[in-house]
Amino acid sequence: MAIRNYILVCGGTACESSHSDQIYNALVKEAKEQGVENEVQVVRTGCFGFCEQGPIVKILPEDSFYVKVKPEDAHELIAEHIIKGREVTRLLYDKTKSAKHAQVEDIKFYQKQFRIVLRNCGFIDPENIDEYIARDGYAALEKAIFEMTPEDIINELKTAGLRGRGGAGFPTWMKWNFTKQVDNPVKYVVCNADEGDPGAYMDRSTLEGDPHSVLEAMTICGKAIGAHQGFIYIRAEYPLAIHRLEVAMKQSRDYGLLGKDILGSGFDFDIEIRLGAGAFVCGEETALLQSIEGHRGMPMPRPPFPAVKGLWGMPTVINNVETWANVPVIIHKGGEWFSKIGTADSHGTKVFALTGKICNSGLVEVPMGTTLREIVFDIGGGIAHGKKFKAVQTGGPSGGVITEANLDTPIDFGSLVRIGSMMGSGGMIVMDEDDCIVDVAKFYLNFTVDESCGKCAPCRIGGRTLYHILEKITNGNGTMEDLDKLQEIGDAMRKASLCALGQTSPNPVLSTMKYFKDEYLAHIVEKRCPSGKCKKLISFTIDPEKCKGCSLCARNCPVGAISGELRKTYHIDQSRCIKCGVCHDSCKFGAIKVN
Amino acid sequence: MLAKNENGFSKELVAYINEWKEKPGNLIMILHKVQEEQGYISRESAEKVSELLGVPLVKIWGVVTFYHFFKLTKPGEHNIQVCLGTACYLKGSEKIIEELDKQLGLKVGAVTPDGKFSLEEVRCVGCCGLAPVMTVSGEVFGKVTKAAVPGIIQKFM
Repeated sequence: MAIRNYILVCGGTACESSHSDQIYNALVKEAKEQGVENEVQVVRTGCFGFCEQGPIVKILPEDSFYVKVKPEDAHELIAEHIIKGREVTRLLYDKTKSAKHAQVEDIKFYQKQFRIVLRNCGFIDPENIDEYIARDGYAALEKAIFEMTPEDIINELKTAGLRGRGGAGFPTWMKWNFTKQVDNPVKYVVCNADEGDPGAYMDRSTLEGDPHSVLEAMTICGKAIGAHQGFIYIRAEYPLAIHRLEVAMKQSRDYGLLGKDILGSGFDFDIEIRLGAGAFVCGEETALLQSIEGHRGMPMPRPPFPAVKGLWGMPTVINNVETWANVPVIIHKGGEWFSKIGTADSHGTKVFALTGKICNSGLVEVPMGTTLREIVFDIGGGIAHGKKFKAVQTGGPSGGVITEANLDTPIDFGSLVRIGSMMGSGGMIVMDEDDCIVDVAKFYLNFTVDESCGKCAPCRIGGRTLYHILEKITNGNGTMEDLDKLQEIGDAMRKASLCALGQTSPNPVLSTMKYFKDEYLAHIVEKRCPSGKCKKLISFTIDPEKCKGCSLCARNCPVGAISGELRKTYHIDQSRCIKCGVCHDSCKFGAIKVN
Repeated sequence: MLAKNENGFSKELVAYINEWKEKPGNLIMILHKVQEEQGYISRESAEKVSELLGVPLVKIWGVVTFYHFFKLTKPGEHNIQVCLGTACYLKGSEKIIEELDKQLGLKVGAVTPDGKFSLEEVRCVGCCGLAPVMTVSGEVFGKVTKAAVPGIIQKFM
C-alpha cells in the first residue's frame, strides 16, 4: 500500500530536549501496532522554528500542526488522525480550526516569514540525502560544475548581492573573487560555525535541519576559487549538528557529490570537521584560522586578509553558515531572483533567534526590510505576561538596544547601524519593563571581559574598566564623572582594539547610555533601580494592609531578619536583610513590596 | 609501542593520537578526545600528549587554558550546567544557581564532597526557546523554576 500520510517530528535541539525522540519512537511503534506502518512514514526533521510551542508534530497532507506533543499522545494521533481521519483537536495549535484548514499557513508566527535559508528545516529528514535531493538539492552543484565557469558563479553572487550573514555584511562575491585572483596551487574553503553569541542558535538549527546545503555551497565555492579542501569549524557544544554533518558528508561521498572526481567531472573537493572549544573570539576570522591550526585563538592584524593569506598562509574563503546556506538557492534560481527580495541595501532574508520576554520564542526568517515591530509583535506575539515592551537587543555582545521609537525601522545592514545597533549574527533579545538596562549592559561586558583573548590592551584593560564602572553604578556608588569615563573609554576601545571583539564590546554600554540616560541617572543620582533588579539599590518592606501575620516569610528568611507575632504585621530588619527575595517569593498575599 | 594503560590512556585514545599525529592542526582535536575519555585534562595527560606528539608542554598548556571547553579539574559524576546566555539570564537563570547552592551547597566551579555533582556556568546551550535552561549529565531541562530544581537533582541522586 502506498504511503498516504507523512508525520514530521521536530528533531531540533530544543524539541529533542523535550523528548521528541521518544515521540518519534512512540509514533513508529504505534503505527506498527495499529497496522498502518505501510501507510505512514514518520520523519525526524530539523527545527520548525516555533520552539515556544515544542515539541512539534506536523501531519501531511492535511498540514495539521500539533504542538506541545507528549510521547503518550502517539496512540491517539495514530488511532484518530491516521486511521479515522479526525484531527486531534486538543493538540492543534489553533483548536478552533476545522480539519480541512491548512494550519501552518494560518499561524501568525509563520505568516510574515519567508524561508530561503530554512527552506528545508522542518520539511526533510536531515539524515537522508534523498530527501534533500528531492527538494532540488545538489542541482546547483551540478549546474556550477557542468554549465558555469568560475567567473559565472562569482557573477551570479554579484548579481544576487549576497552579503555575509555573520554580522559584518561584507559582499560575498568580493571575498570569493579576491581568493580566486590569487595564483596559488593550494587554497581553502572554511565554514564558520562557531556560533558564540549567547542567545542565538540560527546556525545550529540550519546545520541540524539541512546540513547538505552547507556542504553543497562549500563545494560550489571550491569550484569557483580553485580549492580542493574545506573545513567546517564548529562548536564542540553542538553534538547533534556535528553528528548530522558527519552523516551528511558520508552520504554525499557515497553518492559521488563530495570527494574525488565529483559527478565524474574530474573535480576533487573534500571537507573535514574541526571542533571549536568554547572561545567567543574564535568567531573572528583570523582567530578562527589560528584555532583550526591548533593554536590559541588570538586574532591577527589585517591586512593581509584571509582571502589572500589565510589558513596555513594559503588564500582562504571564510563564510558563516547562514551565508553558505543561501548559495545553492542563488545558483539554482539565479542571482536576479534573489536580488528582488529585501531592500536596496541588503538583499535576501535574515534569520533571527527571537528570544527573551516574548510570547513566541523561536527561529524566524524574514525578508530584509521587515520592521522590528512586525517581528516582535506580529510574529513574536508581543511581550509575555502583559508586560510593557522596553527594548530589543540585536547583535549580541557587539550590538546595541533598539527602543520603541525605532521599532518601525525596516531592518537591513545599514539601517541598524544608523540607529546605533548592528545586524550581528541574528540574536534578537526582547526586554520588558522588569529588565534593568544598566544590569543588561553589565551582563554583556562581563561576557566580553571573560572572552577577551588578552592580546591587545584597549580590549583587555578597557573592557575590565568599563565593567568595574558599571558595577560601581549598580552598587549605588556611581558618580556623574563615571558617565563621561564610560563614553571616553568606549570610544577609545572602538578605535584602538585589534579585532571586532574589542571594537564592538563597548556598544551595549554606549547604546544603552544613549537611549536610557534617565535610567543611568536614576542609579547614580537617586540611588534607585527603576526595575528593581539591582539588589544593592532595593529594599523589601511589608505592607501592613496585606500582611496576614502567617509567619511564612519569617520562617523562610535565611538570615532571620524578619520578626513579628502571629496574626499581626511582621517587620523586616533592614540592617540584617541580604535582599535575597525569598520572602517576596514565598508570600501568598503579595504583602512584600520591592522599593 | 606504548603499553595499553600507560597513564590511563586507552588503546583507542593512543591509536587516535597516532592517527592524527602527522596532520596539521591536530592539537585541539586530540585534546577533545582526551577530555572525552577522561572527563578533564590533567597535567599528567597534557604531559603525555606532549610526549606522544613531540610538542612542548608549554604549547599544550597554553591551548588548554585558553579554551573554556577544556576542564583542568575532574568534574563530578553528574556535571550540572546552568545556561547564562542572554535569554536565560533575563529569565532568571541566576536564581537556579542560587537554588543549587541552597540544595547542594554547590558553588560554580566546585564539586560536591561526595564527588556526585559539579556545577558550571555555560554561555548558551542553544535552546533559548526553553529559557531558562540547565543540563545534568547532558540531559536538558527547560523553563526551569526555582521550585523545579530539587526534583531535577533528585533524579540523579
